[in-house]
Amino acid sequence: MSAILGQIGQIFLVVALAPLITGWVRLVKSRLQGRIGASPLQPYRDIYRLLQKEAVVAHSASWVFRTAPYVTFAAVWLAAAVIPTFTTNLFLAPAADLIALVALLGVARFWTALAGMDVGTAFGGLGASREMMIASLAEPAMLMVSFSLSLISGTTSPAQIIAFILGGGVGIEVSMGLSLAALIMVAIAENGRIPIDNPATHLELTMVHEAMVLEYSGRHLALMEGAGMVRLTLFMALIGGIFAPWGIAVPGANAVGVVVGLAAFLAKCFVLATGLAVFETMIAKMRVFRYAAFLGGALLLGLLATVFLYVSEAV
Amino acid sequence: MLIAAALSVFLALAVLGVLAGDEMWRHRVIYACCALACAALLIGGLKHLGQTPGTGPAIILPIGLPWMAAHFRLDNLSALFMVIVNLGTLAASVYGIGYCSHLPEPRRVTPFFPLFLFGMNAVLIADDAFMFLVSWEFMSLASWLLVLADHKNPENRSAAMVYLMMAAFGTFCLLTCFGLLAGPDGAYSFPAMRGSLLTPVTGFLVVLLAVLGAGSKAGLVPLHAWLPLAHPAAPSHVSALMSGVMTKVALYGLIRILFDLHGHVSWGWGAALMVIGGITAVLGVLYAILQDDLKKLLAYSTVENIGVAVIGLGLALAFKDSGEKALAALALVAGLYHMINHSIFKTLLFLSAGAVITSTGERDLGKLGGLLKRMPWTGAATLVGAAAISALPPLNGFVSEWLIFQALFKGPSLPHWAMKFGVPVVGAMLALAAALAASCFVRAFGIAFLGRPRSKAAAQAERVPLTMRWTMTVLAVLCIILGAIPVTVTDALSGVVQPLTGVHFAVSADLGWPWLSPVSSTRGSYSGTVLVMTGLTLFVISILLVHRFGTTKVRRADAWDCGHREDIPESQYTGQSFSQPLRRVFCSSLFAARETVEMPEPGDLAPARLTVRVVDPIWRYLYLGIVRVVDVVADQVNRMQFLTVRRYLLMMFATLVFMLLVVAVRQQQ
Amino acid sequence: MPPISQSSYEVAHLIGATVLMAGFQLLYQRRLFAVLNTFAFQALALAAAAAWQAHIQNAPHLYITAGLALVFKAMIVPFALHWLVERLGIHKTVETAMSIGWTMIAGVALVALSILLVLPVTANAAALTRESLALAMSVVLLGLLMMITRHNAVTQVVGFMALENGLILAAVSAKGMPLVVEISIAFSVLVAMTLFGIFFFRIRERFDTLDLQNLETYRGDRQ
Repeated sequence: MSAILGQIGQIFLVVALAPLITGWVRLVKSRLQGRIGASPLQPYRDIYRLLQKEAVVAHSASWVFRTAPYVTFAAVWLAAAVIPTFTTNLFLAPAADLIALVALLGVARFWTALAGMDVGTAFGGLGASREMMIASLAEPAMLMVSFSLSLISGTTSPAQIIAFILGGGVGIEVSMGLSLAALIMVAIAENGRIPIDNPATHLELTMVHEAMVLEYSGRHLALMEGAGMVRLTLFMALIGGIFAPWGIAVPGANAVGVVVGLAAFLAKCFVLATGLAVFETMIAKMRVFRYAAFLGGALLLGLLATVFLYVSEAV
Repeated sequence: MLIAAALSVFLALAVLGVLAGDEMWRHRVIYACCALACAALLIGGLKHLGQTPGTGPAIILPIGLPWMAAHFRLDNLSALFMVIVNLGTLAASVYGIGYCSHLPEPRRVTPFFPLFLFGMNAVLIADDAFMFLVSWEFMSLASWLLVLADHKNPENRSAAMVYLMMAAFGTFCLLTCFGLLAGPDGAYSFPAMRGSLLTPVTGFLVVLLAVLGAGSKAGLVPLHAWLPLAHPAAPSHVSALMSGVMTKVALYGLIRILFDLHGHVSWGWGAALMVIGGITAVLGVLYAILQDDLKKLLAYSTVENIGVAVIGLGLALAFKDSGEKALAALALVAGLYHMINHSIFKTLLFLSAGAVITSTGERDLGKLGGLLKRMPWTGAATLVGAAAISALPPLNGFVSEWLIFQALFKGPSLPHWAMKFGVPVVGAMLALAAALAASCFVRAFGIAFLGRPRSKAAAQAERVPLTMRWTMTVLAVLCIILGAIPVTVTDALSGVVQPLTGVHFAVSADLGWPWLSPVSSTRGSYSGTVLVMTGLTLFVISILLVHRFGTTKVRRADAWDCGHREDIPESQYTGQSFSQPLRRVFCSSLFAARETVEMPEPGDLAPARLTVRVVDPIWRYLYLGIVRVVDVVADQVNRMQFLTVRRYLLMMFATLVFMLLVVAVRQQQ
Repeated sequence: MPPISQSSYEVAHLIGATVLMAGFQLLYQRRLFAVLNTFAFQALALAAAAAWQAHIQNAPHLYITAGLALVFKAMIVPFALHWLVERLGIHKTVETAMSIGWTMIAGVALVALSILLVLPVTANAAALTRESLALAMSVVLLGLLMMITRHNAVTQVVGFMALENGLILAAVSAKGMPLVVEISIAFSVLVAMTLFGIFFFRIRERFDTLDLQNLETYRGDRQ
């Protein structure tokens, strides 16, 4: 019963919290760049405003264009629902493991890329093509991270991995460090952050994600933006949950435990979001054809993390 | 009985096919009869799939050579493959009813089609080497004739030539392989082979020859060269069978020999197969991304999927040899599941390519576009197929890849260092292949079905006949069902793998229906069923939320495109431009991909040209290398034609003495 | 000697892995100054590794090693090379003989190889020694890889120094290496550095470039 309650709470928490995290990143970035910046609540207003506007759909668009925002949002939302945020006691936790998580994000990307190509403009195709190139390296990198995590903890389910780490099963492991580095690189690419993609860009030729959703407006755009925000929250929950699982509520926790879990999750998101803003301010965007070395590096780090397990432990 | 009747129906239909002439209704009737026979075989397969292992019906018929009766048997493995094969053939036959009238020369297809079906089904139930090889040849030659259906195209003729050579090579390997298995006493029936003890050297050769023989039919790198030439050359419903079904029959042969007849293959072969599978998967999908021809793209993607399935088989062999029977069963279930899935979605995609060709006459991606609006049913079914082959949940392709990953993640528990280091590398290759497959099919579907039409033919595409549309829809629904209830499938497969791995293994043992939990409930689990339900709920909730808090107004307008709007469809991305980033990243060193731009001088009105040059390393260095060696040897041998009589006599004499020496030495031992 | 706790092992591994990661970073860089900065970072990590070993092994002489690494390798050498690059106006991008992607793949393969080599040899040794040896050997091999896949003489020097970092990493983790050896290594590095510096000037005077390809064509046998 508590698992179902926890699950429902989680499903709505990720959606409710996601715009705030994005707003916070934007605020910190603008402060670092010497601007005052909008309130962290601005993304809520933006989404509400977009929802009120009529959606403009191109003549050449098919039903794929109009369905894609809903599918994308639902897929990312579903993925976010299975990653423990404040509690590991989730009803849906056994339904999808890390591999399924990667694939669910793949569903969102598949539809977004198709939607980009649906209108038949040059920019849509450009965005889709680049996004798929990035994904073709980022996805394997994330699977390699799952591989080493599964070797360390013996499971691919995020809730079980967190339970294992909380139980003191792992110390400061070299493989964990390498996995963390690889996962952060993947997270940067999947969320379209600098140095891979610039979420605030308005220069057509440097756009990746923005180029795919260029034709969207109104509620469709609101959903696409919302999916992006939930995806960012999802990766923060994943990184914070696996590599700093402290405070998260476990099955059997009482109300205090849940409140502590919530507070811990908020604190982790706050730290990670601030870190992301600082990192993005410090670094410059890469050229498109440098992505391969960056993400290939992430893939090799993931591979190295697995290989290193053979030295430190008798796997 | 049902099965025997269905098989004889195929032979009768082949004869009738010759007599059909140019009357279109006769062709339709023949295809309809084929469909009925396939349905009968499908039912027969399903009925025997659940039988207790070891109780399959067997029959001995007095056909063939006088002292060699023909043995047939339908055990669980055969039953499973009978289901896989006849799902595909049923779809292709129904599709053929509508499609045959669009073929240039149906007379050249109809007689051989039932023969092809006969060959594939007979391979599955053969219980001795002789029947197996005869049926195998039936299958090869019938499909070769079908490849030649459009013989006026010189490309098809050369494809058929390469195919014939590779088929001959494959059969030769299998023949030798069975010869070694049968031993000096000529124990050519399968039960006799199972009991025979092999020396290490013979055992090694048997596996090598089986991998070469069945692998060349299935399309393992580097023996895949004929596949992307021959599969697309045949009419589309035959391509669907060759890619979706015949490759599975080849893998059936591989499983039959490695898991059943040979019995104790060493883990080293498992590791080797796993690595070959990984390389096949990555190279196959990279080739597929570079193709502009829709059917060639699909054929290369078949190479990829065969690689994925072979990773599962290799892992299963390695686990089996190391005594990890449950894990071996898991890997084998994963591989078999992937074969079922691939047969469904690849058949679907080839049939859809056939529909595209029927309605537009084009198979070049650069001339298609916007077909989803003109062909809504075909488009929707293709979208499902494309998503399934890209391993996206909750469709079937994902389940089998998930199972293979779960098996791979347990690979480092094997005691061999080669496996410990090999498994992560193969895991990375498999992950790369899966991700690239998604790119490949976003490209294929997006360019062909979305956007604006790139040619007049695409703009005027018409719907295809009802039977064709229905077939594709049913296959698409199957993709969804097999993904949504994975446990039902894995439970059915557990009876098949039990005799092969020696352990009864249910993937869902720990959590029960509908959860897949291969090792135990805490070791990672997946449930397509729960995922579908939750996903649908969230989908509906997001629609309701958006409509509750927002407006539902829609305005149709011109595309914005950052203000660059132009009406020329050529401004869209093409297949070549879509694959450019991937080509640069992955193919510049592997395939020596180079781009050259020719810019006309200022004032010159000639168009600028971008030329892409890609070298297939395997074709260039392996096949052309062999051709060169053959040429050189042939030149040398050619000289022998011009010797004197005395020298010919000398050669014969030397041969005789050599043979006598061999006999003498052997007698000494 | 006090018993060494599990967590001090883990910190030692983590620092060792940082040194190795810096080795990979060296392969990944495309700009000369970034290479030098990364090298300084690697030396810093090496100094930290030595200091940590001094702490857990209770061996004060290792602090000297740490100090030497910090002063010479993390400060003097990078500064000197930086100055040389500026002074000689050397082309500031790294010229590669093998693409970055393939170099990285080769790097991972070399790490796997060194693990494969170290494991059977030290089957009876403690996990700490095994892991440190594997790490150190990987750093050495990566340094060699850098030397063979990069054209420019400055990157060659950095590769050589990175190789040395690997040797020192191995030395500090295996208990009881005499201080004399380390000091002599440190000085030899310095001498090598100076020699390389002089060579740079000579090569540049003669050929106007530091690209080693030009040297090859000047070998006597190829006139």
